[in-house]
Amino acid sequence: MKKNKQLRENIKGLIFISPWLIGFVVFTLFPFVASLYYSFTQFSITTEIKWVGVENYNKLFKDPLFWKSLKNTLVFAVGLVPLGLVVALGIAFLLNKPLKEVSFYRAAIYMPSIVPAFAFSAVIIWFFQPYLGLVNNVLDFFGINGPLWLDSEKWVKPTIIIAAQWGVGSAMLIFSAALKDIPRELYESAKIDGAGSFTMFRKITLPLITPTILYYLITSTIGALQIFDLPMLLTGGGPANASLSLGIYIYKHAFTYTNMGYASALSWILFILTFILTVIYFISSKKWVYYFGN
Amino acid sequence: MKVKNLYVIRRSILLIITFIYLLPFFWMIGTSLKPDSELLAYPPTIFPENPDWSNYEKALNKFPFFTYLKNSIIITIGNLIGVLISAPFVAYGFSKINWKGRNFLFAVMMASVMLPGAVTMIPVFLIYKRLGWLDTFLPLIVPAFLGGGAMNVFLIRQFFNTIPNELLEAARIDGASDFKIFFKIMLPLSKPVLALISLFTFTGSWNNYIGPLIYITSENKYPLALGMPMFMSRYGTYWNQAMAAATLTLIPTVVFFFIAQKYLIEGIKLTGLK
Repeated sequence: MKKNKQLRENIKGLIFISPWLIGFVVFTLFPFVASLYYSFTQFSITTEIKWVGVENYNKLFKDPLFWKSLKNTLVFAVGLVPLGLVVALGIAFLLNKPLKEVSFYRAAIYMPSIVPAFAFSAVIIWFFQPYLGLVNNVLDFFGINGPLWLDSEKWVKPTIIIAAQWGVGSAMLIFSAALKDIPRELYESAKIDGAGSFTMFRKITLPLITPTILYYLITSTIGALQIFDLPMLLTGGGPANASLSLGIYIYKHAFTYTNMGYASALSWILFILTFILTVIYFISSKKWVYYFGN
Repeated sequence: MKVKNLYVIRRSILLIITFIYLLPFFWMIGTSLKPDSELLAYPPTIFPENPDWSNYEKALNKFPFFTYLKNSIIITIGNLIGVLISAPFVAYGFSKINWKGRNFLFAVMMASVMLPGAVTMIPVFLIYKRLGWLDTFLPLIVPAFLGGGAMNVFLIRQFFNTIPNELLEAARIDGASDFKIFFKIMLPLSKPVLALISLFTFTGSWNNYIGPLIYITSENKYPLALGMPMFMSRYGTYWNQAMAAATLTLIPTVVFFFIAQKYLIEGIKLTGLK
C-alpha cells in the first residue's frame, strides 16, 4: 500500500518536471555528447560528417588566432570579475545605510543593466569616439590627450571592461540582499566591545557575505569566459583581433567559415576551461567561505 | 556633527555614481535630438538648445522599425508565456512532491548552468535544421516552454519552499489533486516571484542577440536586436538618427522595468543565497 503511494508520487514528480527533462535531454545532454563527437570530425553545414581523430586539436594548438582569442578571453575575465566585484559590492555598501532616496539610486544604477547590448553598444561607441566622443572631450578639458579607445589594439579590451561596468546592476542587487540579511545585533554587540567600523567590516560583514561572493565569482567568471555580445557589437572582435574572444572565434568558425568540427573542438576548450575554474573555486571555497552555524 | 558629515559624503558619492549610470541615457536622448550641425559642436553639448525631432522620423524611414518591433514582441511574448507556464510547473515538481531522484535531478539542472552555450550551439543548430525550423521564430521561443531556464526554476522553487506544506495537506484532505493545488493555490500566491521572472524573461529575450544572429536570416524576420545594429552599420555616421533608433528600442524595456521594479529587491531576497 505504502509502496504504491510512493510509486504514484514518483510518477507525479516526473510528470511535473517533464518539460525540463525533455528539454534537458534533447537540447543539453544530447548536444553536449554530440559536440564532443563533432570535435573529432570535419564538416560544414552542407557536407557529410568526416571522422578525423585529434586533427582539430592538433590544428588548434598551432593556430595563432586560437591562442590570441584564448588570451583575450582570459584578459577579459581577469579584468571583468574583480572590477565588477569591487564596483557592485562598493555600491551595495553605500546603499546599505538608511537614506530616504535609496530606492531611487538603486533603480537608476540597475537600469543600464537591463538595456540591451545592441542599443547600449551604440551609445558606448559614440561615448568613446576618439575625436567627437564625450569621454575624450572631457579628458581634453583637463588637458589629457585621450587614447583611441575602441580603435586601439592596446585600449580596446580595457574599454570593453569599463563599458561592462554599467551592467553591474544585478550583482549589486544580490550583494544588497546579502548585506541586508546580516543580523543587526552582531554589529550592536561588536560596537559594545569597542570595534571600529573597519574591524566590523573585516570580522562580521566580509565573512558573512562570502557565500554570496562565491556565487558572484562563479557566475561572473562563467559569464566572462563566454563574453560575446559587447565585443561583437562594439568592434566585431577588432582591431587586429585585439578583442576577439573565444566565444566570437567559435561563432565565426561555426557560422561564417562553417568549420563546424573545428568550432566544436574550440568550444570544448572553452568548456574545459570553465570546468577547471569552477572546480578551483569550489575547492578553494572550503578555505574562505563561511557558512552560518559552522 | 560627524555623523551628519558622513551622510553628506555618502550622498554625494551616490549622486555621482547615479549620474554616471544615467549618463548613457542622457547622452543617447540628447544626441537623438541634435540637428546634424550640432553633432560636431565643441565642446559637446548634452542636450541641444533647439531639439530636432525629425531625427526620429528619419530613423523610422531608414529601417523597418515597426517590422522589427513586431518580431521582437512576438518572440518576447512567446518566451513570457513559455517561461510562466513551464518554470513554476517544474519548480512544483522539485519542491512540493516527494519522489525518488528529485535531489539528484535538481543538482543536474543546477550544474547545467555551468555549461557554456557555445558547446551545445552547433548540435542544437543541426537539430533545428533537421526540424526545418531555421529562419523561423521557433528556435527562439520553443526552449522557453521546456522548463523555462534553470535559474528561473531555482528562484520559484525557493519561493515555493517558503509556502507551508500544511496548506497543501489541508487541500489534499479536501480532495484536491496536485494539479488543482498548483493552479489554485501555488500560482496565485507566487505573484511577486513571477513578476521578477517576467522581468528577467522579458529583458533576456528582448535583448537576445546571438540567438537571432544564428537562426534568423530573412531581414523581414529580424527582431530589433539584429535590425538595430545593422541599421547602425549602414548609416553609422548619422549618430543623431542612430541614437533616435536606440531610444525607440529602449522604451518597452524602461516601461516594463518600472512595472516590475518594486518586486526586484523582494524577489532577490528569496534566492536564499545564504
